[in-house]
Amino acid sequence: MTKRTIIPFGPQHPVLPEPIHLDLVLEDETVVEAIPSIGFIHRGLEKLVEKKDFLDFVYVAERICGICSFIHGMTYCIAIEEIMKIKIPERAEYLRVVWSELSRMHSHLLWLGLMADSLGFESLFMHSWRMREKILDIIEDTTGGRVIFGSAKIGGVRKDIDDATLKAIVKNLKSYRKELKEITDVFIKDPSVMHRLVGVGTLKKEDAYELGVVGPVLRASGWQSDTRKLGYAAYKNINFEPVTEKAGDSYARCSVRIKELFQSIDIIDQAVSKIPAGPIEIKVTGTPDGEFFARTEQPRGEVIYHAKAYGTRFLQRLRVRTPTFANIPGLLKMLPGSNLADVPVLVLTIDPCISCTER
Amino acid sequence: MRFFIMSRTVLKSLFRRPATIKYPFGPRILSKKARGSIAIDISKCVFCGICQKKCPTGAIEVTKEQKSWKIARLRCITCGYCVEACPKKCLRMGNQYTEPMLTRHEDMYKNA
Repeated sequence: MTKRTIIPFGPQHPVLPEPIHLDLVLEDETVVEAIPSIGFIHRGLEKLVEKKDFLDFVYVAERICGICSFIHGMTYCIAIEEIMKIKIPERAEYLRVVWSELSRMHSHLLWLGLMADSLGFESLFMHSWRMREKILDIIEDTTGGRVIFGSAKIGGVRKDIDDATLKAIVKNLKSYRKELKEITDVFIKDPSVMHRLVGVGTLKKEDAYELGVVGPVLRASGWQSDTRKLGYAAYKNINFEPVTEKAGDSYARCSVRIKELFQSIDIIDQAVSKIPAGPIEIKVTGTPDGEFFARTEQPRGEVIYHAKAYGTRFLQRLRVRTPTFANIPGLLKMLPGSNLADVPVLVLTIDPCISCTER
Repeated sequence: MRFFIMSRTVLKSLFRRPATIKYPFGPRILSKKARGSIAIDISKCVFCGICQKKCPTGAIEVTKEQKSWKIARLRCITCGYCVEACPKKCLRMGNQYTEPMLTRHEDMYKNA
Protein backbone atom coordinates (compact mmCIF):
# COMPACT_ATOMS: atom_id res chain seq x y z
CA MET A 1 0.00 0.00 0.00
CA THR A 2 1.24 3.46 -0.82
CA LYS A 3 1.97 5.74 2.07
CA ARG A 4 -0.83 8.13 2.86
CA THR A 5 -0.20 11.79 3.52
CA ILE A 6 -2.60 14.42 4.82
CA ILE A 7 -2.31 17.88 3.34
CA PRO A 8 -4.29 20.80 4.75
CA PHE A 9 -6.05 22.96 2.15
CA GLY A 10 -7.16 26.33 3.48
CA PRO A 11 -8.57 28.14 5.42
CA GLN A 12 -6.00 30.51 3.89
CA HIS A 13 -5.34 29.50 0.31
CA PRO A 14 -4.29 31.65 -2.64
CA VAL A 15 -7.06 30.37 -4.88
CA LEU A 16 -9.90 31.10 -2.51
CA PRO A 17 -10.12 34.20 -0.37
CA GLU A 18 -12.75 32.62 1.81
CA PRO A 19 -12.05 30.28 4.72
CA ILE A 20 -12.92 26.68 4.02
CA HIS A 21 -10.63 24.00 5.36
CA LEU A 22 -10.16 20.62 3.72
CA ASP A 23 -7.94 17.84 4.98
CA LEU A 24 -6.82 16.06 1.82
CA VAL A 25 -5.74 12.46 2.26
CA LEU A 26 -3.31 11.67 -0.53
CA GLU A 27 -1.79 8.56 -1.98
CA ASP A 28 1.15 9.87 -3.99
CA GLU A 29 -0.45 12.74 -5.92
CA THR A 30 -3.99 11.39 -5.92
CA VAL A 31 -6.65 12.47 -3.47
CA VAL A 32 -8.36 9.53 -1.80
CA GLU A 33 -10.44 11.40 0.72
CA ALA A 34 -11.34 14.96 1.63
CA ILE A 35 -12.51 15.93 5.10
CA PRO A 36 -14.05 19.41 5.31
CA SER A 37 -14.37 21.69 8.25
CA ILE A 38 -16.31 24.92 8.18
CA GLY A 39 -17.23 27.46 10.82
CA PHE A 40 -14.44 30.00 10.57
CA ILE A 41 -16.70 32.96 9.90
CA HIS A 42 -19.94 32.17 11.65
CA ARG A 43 -21.57 35.53 12.40
CA GLY A 44 -24.83 34.48 14.03
CA LEU A 45 -27.02 36.38 11.58
CA GLU A 46 -29.91 33.93 12.01
CA LYS A 47 -30.04 34.62 15.74
CA LEU A 48 -30.04 38.37 15.07
CA VAL A 49 -33.57 38.05 13.70
CA GLU A 50 -34.87 37.88 17.28
CA LYS A 51 -33.44 41.33 18.04
CA LYS A 52 -34.29 43.24 14.83
CA ASP A 53 -37.63 44.50 13.66
CA PHE A 54 -38.83 42.29 10.80
CA LEU A 55 -38.88 45.29 8.44
CA ASP A 56 -35.27 46.21 9.23
CA PHE A 57 -33.95 42.67 8.90
CA VAL A 58 -33.93 42.99 5.10
CA TYR A 59 -30.66 44.92 5.48
CA VAL A 60 -29.13 42.08 7.47
CA ALA A 61 -30.44 39.43 5.05
CA GLU A 62 -28.84 41.32 2.17
CA ARG A 63 -25.52 41.26 3.93
CA ILE A 64 -25.47 37.47 4.40
CA CYS A 65 -23.60 37.31 1.12
CA GLY A 66 -21.72 40.01 -0.71
CA ILE A 67 -22.29 38.56 -4.16
CA CYS A 68 -25.87 37.37 -4.29
CA SER A 69 -26.98 40.06 -1.85
CA PHE A 70 -30.09 41.16 -3.71
CA ILE A 71 -31.52 37.65 -4.01
CA HIS A 72 -30.97 37.06 -0.28
CA GLY A 73 -32.90 40.22 0.53
CA MET A 74 -35.59 39.39 -1.99
CA THR A 75 -36.07 35.84 -0.67
CA TYR A 76 -36.49 37.16 2.86
CA CYS A 77 -39.08 39.63 1.57
CA ILE A 78 -40.91 36.88 -0.33
CA ALA A 79 -41.06 34.76 2.84
CA ILE A 80 -42.52 37.61 4.91
CA GLU A 81 -44.89 38.71 2.13
CA GLU A 82 -46.26 35.18 1.86
CA ILE A 83 -46.81 34.99 5.61
CA MET A 84 -48.56 38.36 5.64
CA LYS A 85 -50.46 37.56 2.41
CA ILE A 86 -49.22 40.70 0.67
CA LYS A 87 -49.53 40.93 -3.09
CA ILE A 88 -46.80 43.23 -4.34
CA PRO A 89 -47.31 45.46 -7.42
CA GLU A 90 -46.47 43.88 -10.75
CA ARG A 91 -43.84 46.46 -11.62
CA ALA A 92 -41.94 45.57 -8.46
CA GLU A 93 -42.00 41.90 -9.44
CA TYR A 94 -40.44 42.69 -12.80
CA LEU A 95 -37.82 44.97 -11.24
CA ARG A 96 -36.92 42.14 -8.89
CA VAL A 97 -36.35 39.91 -11.92
CA VAL A 98 -34.14 42.50 -13.62
CA TRP A 99 -31.98 42.95 -10.51
CA SER A 100 -31.85 39.20 -9.84
CA GLU A 101 -30.53 38.58 -13.32
CA LEU A 102 -28.03 41.42 -13.10
CA SER A 103 -26.69 39.94 -9.90
CA ARG A 104 -26.56 36.51 -11.51
CA MET A 105 -24.51 37.97 -14.35
CA HIS A 106 -22.04 39.72 -12.10
CA SER A 107 -21.68 36.63 -9.94
CA HIS A 108 -21.02 34.34 -12.90
CA LEU A 109 -18.51 36.79 -14.37
CA LEU A 110 -16.76 36.96 -11.03
CA TRP A 111 -16.64 33.17 -11.03
CA LEU A 112 -15.27 33.04 -14.59
CA GLY A 113 -12.52 35.43 -13.53
CA LEU A 114 -11.63 33.38 -10.46
CA MET A 115 -11.68 30.24 -12.57
CA ALA A 116 -9.24 31.73 -15.08
CA ASP A 117 -7.10 32.86 -12.16
CA SER A 118 -7.02 29.35 -10.68
CA LEU A 119 -5.89 28.03 -14.06
CA GLY A 120 -3.13 30.63 -14.10
CA PHE A 121 -4.66 32.43 -17.10
CA GLU A 122 -4.17 35.96 -15.77
CA SER A 123 -5.18 37.94 -18.85
CA LEU A 124 -8.45 36.04 -19.13
CA PHE A 125 -9.08 36.76 -15.45
CA MET A 126 -8.58 40.48 -16.01
CA HIS A 127 -10.83 40.50 -19.09
CA SER A 128 -13.61 38.64 -17.26
CA TRP A 129 -13.53 41.22 -14.51
CA ARG A 130 -13.42 44.04 -17.00
CA MET A 131 -16.71 42.70 -18.33
CA ARG A 132 -18.06 42.36 -14.79
CA GLU A 133 -17.27 46.00 -14.15
CA LYS A 134 -19.80 47.05 -16.80
CA ILE A 135 -22.54 45.10 -15.05
CA LEU A 136 -21.52 46.66 -11.74
CA ASP A 137 -21.84 50.09 -13.35
CA ILE A 138 -25.40 49.29 -14.42
CA ILE A 139 -26.14 48.15 -10.89
CA GLU A 140 -24.64 51.32 -9.43
CA ASP A 141 -26.65 53.48 -11.80
CA THR A 142 -29.92 51.80 -10.88
CA THR A 143 -29.59 51.04 -7.17
CA GLY A 144 -26.80 53.21 -5.85
CA GLY A 145 -24.72 50.31 -4.58
CA ARG A 146 -22.23 48.17 -6.46
CA VAL A 147 -22.69 44.84 -4.70
CA ILE A 148 -25.12 45.60 -1.88
CA PHE A 149 -28.18 46.77 -3.79
CA GLY A 150 -30.33 47.82 -0.86
CA SER A 151 -33.36 47.85 -3.10
CA ALA A 152 -35.41 44.93 -1.81
CA LYS A 153 -38.21 45.82 0.55
CA ILE A 154 -41.12 44.03 2.12
CA GLY A 155 -44.07 45.06 -0.03
CA GLY A 156 -42.15 45.85 -3.21
CA VAL A 157 -38.87 47.49 -4.09
CA ARG A 158 -37.22 50.62 -2.74
CA LYS A 159 -36.20 52.20 -6.03
CA ASP A 160 -37.67 52.45 -9.47
CA ILE A 161 -35.84 52.28 -12.77
CA ASP A 162 -37.41 54.63 -15.29
CA ASP A 163 -38.35 53.29 -18.70
CA ALA A 164 -35.64 55.22 -20.55
CA THR A 165 -32.94 53.69 -18.34
CA LEU A 166 -34.44 50.21 -18.76
CA LYS A 167 -34.35 50.61 -22.54
CA ALA A 168 -30.76 51.87 -22.37
CA ILE A 169 -29.78 48.82 -20.29
CA VAL A 170 -31.26 46.46 -22.88
CA LYS A 171 -29.50 48.35 -25.67
CA ASN A 172 -26.18 48.21 -23.82
CA LEU A 173 -26.57 44.53 -23.12
CA LYS A 174 -27.09 43.88 -26.82
CA SER A 175 -23.64 45.19 -27.72
CA TYR A 176 -22.32 43.68 -24.49
CA ARG A 177 -23.35 40.22 -25.70
CA LYS A 178 -20.87 40.36 -28.59
CA GLU A 179 -18.01 41.37 -26.36
CA LEU A 180 -18.98 38.74 -23.81
CA LYS A 181 -18.96 36.04 -26.45
CA GLU A 182 -15.39 36.90 -27.30
CA ILE A 183 -14.30 36.26 -23.70
CA THR A 184 -16.47 33.22 -23.01
CA ASP A 185 -15.34 31.56 -26.23
CA VAL A 186 -11.90 31.29 -24.70
CA PHE A 187 -13.32 29.23 -21.83
CA ILE A 188 -15.23 26.98 -24.21
CA LYS A 189 -12.76 26.54 -27.05
CA ASP A 190 -9.24 27.25 -25.83
CA PRO A 191 -7.26 24.00 -25.66
CA SER A 192 -5.25 25.04 -22.59
CA VAL A 193 -8.42 25.81 -20.63
CA MET A 194 -10.16 22.67 -21.88
CA HIS A 195 -7.19 20.60 -20.84
CA ARG A 196 -7.72 21.63 -17.23
CA LEU A 197 -11.51 21.19 -17.25
CA VAL A 198 -12.66 18.37 -19.50
CA GLY A 199 -13.18 15.12 -17.60
CA VAL A 200 -12.01 16.62 -14.29
CA GLY A 201 -14.19 15.97 -11.25
CA THR A 202 -17.09 14.20 -12.90
CA LEU A 203 -20.25 14.07 -10.80
CA LYS A 204 -22.59 11.37 -12.08
CA LYS A 205 -26.25 12.13 -12.63
CA GLU A 206 -27.44 9.77 -9.85
CA ASP A 207 -24.81 11.01 -7.41
CA ALA A 208 -25.78 14.62 -8.05
CA TYR A 209 -29.38 13.82 -7.19
CA GLU A 210 -28.62 11.69 -4.16
CA LEU A 211 -26.22 14.19 -2.64
CA GLY A 212 -28.77 16.94 -3.13
CA VAL A 213 -26.53 19.37 -4.98
CA VAL A 214 -28.19 22.45 -6.41
CA GLY A 215 -27.84 25.07 -9.12
CA PRO A 216 -25.31 24.93 -11.95
CA VAL A 217 -23.61 21.87 -10.38
CA LEU A 218 -26.86 19.91 -10.55
CA ARG A 219 -27.72 21.18 -14.03
CA ALA A 220 -24.25 20.30 -15.32
CA SER A 221 -24.95 16.69 -14.31
CA GLY A 222 -28.03 16.57 -16.51
CA TRP A 223 -30.90 17.52 -14.19
CA GLN A 224 -33.24 20.13 -15.51
CA SER A 225 -33.82 21.79 -12.18
CA ASP A 226 -34.14 25.51 -11.76
CA THR A 227 -36.06 27.14 -8.91
CA ARG A 228 -36.89 30.09 -11.13
CA LYS A 229 -39.33 27.74 -12.84
CA LEU A 230 -41.45 27.83 -9.65
CA GLY A 231 -42.51 31.27 -10.84
CA TYR A 232 -41.66 33.54 -7.94
CA ALA A 233 -41.49 37.29 -8.66
CA ALA A 234 -42.26 37.74 -12.38
CA TYR A 235 -40.53 34.57 -13.57
CA LYS A 236 -43.96 33.05 -14.15
CA ASN A 237 -44.41 35.39 -17.13
CA ILE A 238 -41.00 34.78 -18.64
CA ASN A 239 -40.14 32.09 -21.14
CA PHE A 240 -36.88 30.31 -20.57
CA GLU A 241 -35.60 26.78 -20.29
CA PRO A 242 -33.01 25.81 -17.66
CA VAL A 243 -29.55 25.33 -19.14
CA THR A 244 -28.32 21.78 -18.77
CA GLU A 245 -25.25 19.77 -19.72
CA LYS A 246 -24.81 16.02 -19.58
CA ALA A 247 -21.14 15.43 -18.85
CA GLY A 248 -21.10 16.49 -15.18
CA ASP A 249 -17.42 17.47 -15.27
CA SER A 250 -15.79 20.83 -14.57
CA TYR A 251 -16.11 21.80 -18.22
CA ALA A 252 -19.87 21.18 -18.11
CA ARG A 253 -20.22 23.31 -14.97
CA CYS A 254 -18.26 26.08 -16.65
CA SER A 255 -20.34 25.96 -19.79
CA VAL A 256 -23.63 25.93 -17.85
CA ARG A 257 -22.59 29.20 -16.18
CA ILE A 258 -21.54 30.72 -19.49
CA LYS A 259 -24.85 29.83 -21.13
CA GLU A 260 -26.69 31.24 -18.12
CA LEU A 261 -24.95 34.55 -18.69
CA PHE A 262 -26.52 34.82 -22.12
CA GLN A 263 -29.81 33.51 -20.77
CA SER A 264 -29.81 36.28 -18.17
CA ILE A 265 -29.47 38.87 -20.94
CA ASP A 266 -32.50 37.30 -22.65
CA ILE A 267 -34.50 37.30 -19.42
CA ILE A 268 -33.72 40.98 -18.80
CA ASP A 269 -34.74 41.69 -22.39
CA GLN A 270 -38.08 39.91 -21.89
CA ALA A 271 -38.70 41.48 -18.50
CA VAL A 272 -38.11 44.99 -19.88
CA SER A 273 -40.45 44.37 -22.81
CA LYS A 274 -43.22 43.17 -20.48
CA ILE A 275 -42.81 45.51 -17.51
CA PRO A 276 -46.03 47.40 -16.75
CA ALA A 277 -46.25 50.94 -15.41
CA GLY A 278 -47.56 51.50 -11.92
CA PRO A 279 -46.55 51.72 -8.29
CA ILE A 280 -43.45 49.92 -7.03
CA GLU A 281 -44.48 49.24 -3.47
CA ILE A 282 -47.45 48.95 -1.18
CA LYS A 283 -47.67 50.01 2.41
CA VAL A 284 -47.13 47.21 4.88
CA THR A 285 -49.16 47.29 8.07
CA GLY A 286 -49.50 44.74 10.83
CA THR A 287 -47.15 41.99 11.87
CA PRO A 288 -46.47 38.54 10.41
CA ASP A 289 -48.04 35.47 11.99
CA GLY A 290 -47.25 32.06 10.56
CA GLU A 291 -44.43 30.36 8.77
CA PHE A 292 -43.22 29.96 5.22
CA PHE A 293 -40.51 28.27 3.18
CA ALA A 294 -39.32 30.59 0.40
CA ARG A 295 -37.21 29.07 -2.37
CA THR A 296 -35.40 31.09 -5.01
CA GLU A 297 -32.59 30.54 -7.46
CA GLN A 298 -29.32 32.23 -6.70
CA PRO A 299 -26.33 32.26 -9.04
CA ARG A 300 -24.99 29.32 -7.03
CA GLY A 301 -28.23 27.40 -6.77
CA GLU A 302 -31.35 27.15 -4.71
CA VAL A 303 -31.59 29.10 -1.47
CA ILE A 304 -34.23 28.31 1.14
CA TYR A 305 -35.52 30.75 3.73
CA HIS A 306 -37.69 29.41 6.49
CA ALA A 307 -39.30 32.17 8.49
CA LYS A 308 -41.52 31.68 11.51
CA ALA A 309 -43.36 34.48 13.27
CA TYR A 310 -45.85 34.79 16.12
CA GLY A 311 -47.52 38.09 15.40
CA THR A 312 -44.87 40.30 16.99
CA ARG A 313 -42.39 42.76 15.43
CA PHE A 314 -39.67 40.12 15.80
CA LEU A 315 -39.51 36.79 14.01
CA GLN A 316 -39.13 33.75 16.20
CA ARG A 317 -36.88 31.81 13.84
CA LEU A 318 -35.20 32.31 10.50
CA ARG A 319 -33.31 29.49 8.87
CA VAL A 320 -31.29 30.03 5.72
CA ARG A 321 -30.07 27.07 3.69
CA THR A 322 -27.59 28.48 1.23
CA PRO A 323 -26.59 26.79 -2.04
CA THR A 324 -22.92 26.28 -1.15
CA PHE A 325 -23.94 24.33 1.93
CA ALA A 326 -25.82 21.91 -0.34
CA ASN A 327 -22.96 21.71 -2.82
CA ILE A 328 -20.20 20.76 -0.37
CA PRO A 329 -21.25 17.04 -0.28
CA GLY A 330 -21.02 17.08 -4.07
CA LEU A 331 -17.53 18.54 -3.86
CA LEU A 332 -16.46 15.78 -1.47
CA LYS A 333 -17.67 13.24 -3.99
CA MET A 334 -15.74 14.90 -6.84
CA LEU A 335 -12.42 15.17 -5.03
CA PRO A 336 -11.44 11.50 -4.47
CA GLY A 337 -9.53 10.23 -7.49
CA SER A 338 -8.47 13.66 -8.68
CA ASN A 339 -4.99 15.03 -8.84
CA LEU A 340 -3.74 17.33 -6.09
CA ALA A 341 -3.10 20.03 -8.71
CA ASP A 342 -6.77 19.89 -9.72
CA VAL A 343 -8.12 20.42 -6.21
CA PRO A 344 -8.24 24.26 -6.41
CA VAL A 345 -10.08 24.07 -9.74
CA LEU A 346 -12.56 21.55 -8.34
CA VAL A 347 -13.21 23.59 -5.22
CA LEU A 348 -13.91 26.55 -7.46
CA THR A 349 -16.27 24.71 -9.79
CA ILE A 350 -18.94 24.54 -7.11
CA ASP A 351 -18.61 28.35 -6.84
CA PRO A 352 -18.13 28.28 -3.08
CA CYS A 353 -19.41 31.16 -1.00
CA ILE A 354 -18.37 30.36 2.52
CA SER A 355 -19.72 33.55 4.11
CA CYS A 356 -23.15 32.49 2.87
CA THR A 357 -22.71 28.97 4.16
CA GLU A 358 -21.87 30.02 7.69
CA ARG A 359 -24.04 33.12 7.94
CA MET B 1 -10.09 22.64 -31.40
CA ARG B 2 -8.77 26.08 -32.28
CA PHE B 3 -5.62 27.80 -31.16
CA PHE B 4 -4.88 31.49 -30.49
CA ILE B 5 -8.51 32.25 -29.57
CA MET B 6 -7.42 34.80 -27.01
CA SER B 7 -5.01 36.58 -29.36
CA ARG B 8 -7.68 38.77 -30.97
CA THR B 9 -8.77 40.10 -27.59
CA VAL B 10 -5.16 40.58 -26.51
CA LEU B 11 -4.27 42.44 -29.71
CA LYS B 12 -7.33 44.64 -29.36
CA SER B 13 -6.43 45.58 -25.82
CA LEU B 14 -2.93 46.52 -26.95
CA PHE B 15 -4.38 49.42 -28.90
CA ARG B 16 -7.20 50.27 -26.52
CA ARG B 17 -7.13 52.73 -23.67
CA PRO B 18 -6.92 51.05 -20.26
CA ALA B 19 -10.21 49.85 -18.80
CA THR B 20 -9.27 51.31 -15.43
CA ILE B 21 -9.15 54.96 -14.34
CA LYS B 22 -5.73 56.36 -13.60
CA TYR B 23 -6.85 57.36 -10.14
CA PRO B 24 -5.93 59.83 -8.52
CA PHE B 25 -4.90 61.53 -11.79
CA GLY B 26 -8.28 60.92 -13.39
CA PRO B 27 -11.57 61.61 -11.58
CA ARG B 28 -13.65 58.78 -10.17
CA ILE B 29 -17.10 59.63 -11.45
CA LEU B 30 -19.72 58.16 -9.18
CA SER B 31 -23.23 57.63 -10.40
CA LYS B 32 -25.81 60.19 -9.29
CA LYS B 33 -27.67 57.52 -7.38
CA ALA B 34 -24.55 56.18 -5.62
CA ARG B 35 -25.12 55.79 -1.92
CA GLY B 36 -22.64 58.01 -0.13
CA SER B 37 -22.43 59.74 3.22
CA ILE B 38 -25.47 61.08 5.04
CA ALA B 39 -25.89 64.82 5.38
CA ILE B 40 -28.35 66.64 7.62
CA ASP B 41 -30.06 69.99 7.42
CA ILE B 42 -30.01 70.52 11.17
CA SER B 43 -32.24 73.63 11.11
CA LYS B 44 -35.17 71.51 9.87
CA CYS B 45 -34.61 68.59 12.27
CA VAL B 46 -37.21 68.16 15.04
CA PHE B 47 -35.11 65.55 16.93
CA CYS B 48 -37.88 62.96 16.85
CA GLY B 49 -35.33 60.11 16.94
CA ILE B 50 -36.99 57.98 14.26
CA CYS B 51 -33.72 57.75 12.32
CA GLN B 52 -31.97 56.51 15.46
CA LYS B 53 -34.62 53.84 15.96
CA LYS B 54 -34.54 52.70 12.33
CA CYS B 55 -30.76 52.62 11.83
CA PRO B 56 -29.79 48.94 11.39
CA THR B 57 -26.32 49.43 12.91
CA GLY B 58 -27.16 51.99 15.57
CA ALA B 59 -24.86 54.60 14.07
CA ILE B 60 -27.16 57.56 14.79
CA GLU B 61 -27.72 59.13 18.19
CA VAL B 62 -30.29 61.85 18.70
CA THR B 63 -30.66 63.85 21.91
CA LYS B 64 -33.79 65.92 22.15
CA GLU B 65 -32.76 67.97 25.21
CA GLN B 66 -29.44 69.10 23.75
CA LYS B 67 -30.87 69.31 20.24
CA SER B 68 -28.00 67.32 18.86
CA TRP B 69 -27.74 64.76 16.07
CA LYS B 70 -24.69 62.48 16.05
CA ILE B 71 -23.54 59.97 13.45
CA ALA B 72 -20.69 57.46 13.71
CA ARG B 73 -19.47 57.50 10.12
CA LEU B 74 -17.58 54.23 10.43
CA ARG B 75 -20.63 52.35 11.68
CA CYS B 76 -22.93 53.74 9.00
CA ILE B 77 -23.51 51.22 6.20
CA THR B 78 -25.09 53.86 3.91
CA CYS B 79 -28.30 51.92 3.48
CA GLY B 80 -30.44 55.04 3.32
CA TYR B 81 -33.11 53.80 5.70
CA CYS B 82 -32.89 56.97 7.84
CA VAL B 83 -33.37 59.17 4.78
CA GLU B 84 -36.45 57.19 3.87
CA ALA B 85 -37.86 57.29 7.41
CA CYS B 86 -37.22 60.97 8.19
CA PRO B 87 -40.63 62.71 8.60
CA LYS B 88 -39.22 66.22 8.03
CA LYS B 89 -37.05 65.16 5.07
CA CYS B 90 -34.04 66.91 6.56
CA LEU B 91 -31.71 63.99 5.93
CA ARG B 92 -30.22 63.38 2.52
CA MET B 93 -27.71 61.11 0.98
CA GLY B 94 -24.89 62.46 -1.16
CA ASN B 95 -23.14 60.40 -3.80
CA GLN B 96 -19.65 60.92 -2.33
CA TYR B 97 -18.15 58.52 0.14
CA THR B 98 -17.14 59.71 3.59
CA GLU B 99 -13.63 61.17 3.76
CA PRO B 100 -11.03 58.87 5.27
CA MET B 101 -10.43 59.51 8.96
CA LEU B 102 -7.72 58.80 11.50
CA THR B 103 -9.88 58.45 14.62
CA ARG B 104 -13.20 56.80 15.32
CA HIS B 105 -14.94 60.06 16.07
CA GLU B 106 -18.59 60.84 15.62
CA ASP B 107 -19.83 63.78 13.59
CA MET B 108 -22.06 65.94 15.76
CA TYR B 109 -24.56 68.54 14.56
CA LYS B 110 -26.29 70.92 16.95
CA ASN B 111 -29.21 73.23 16.53
CA ALA B 112 -28.33 76.26 18.59
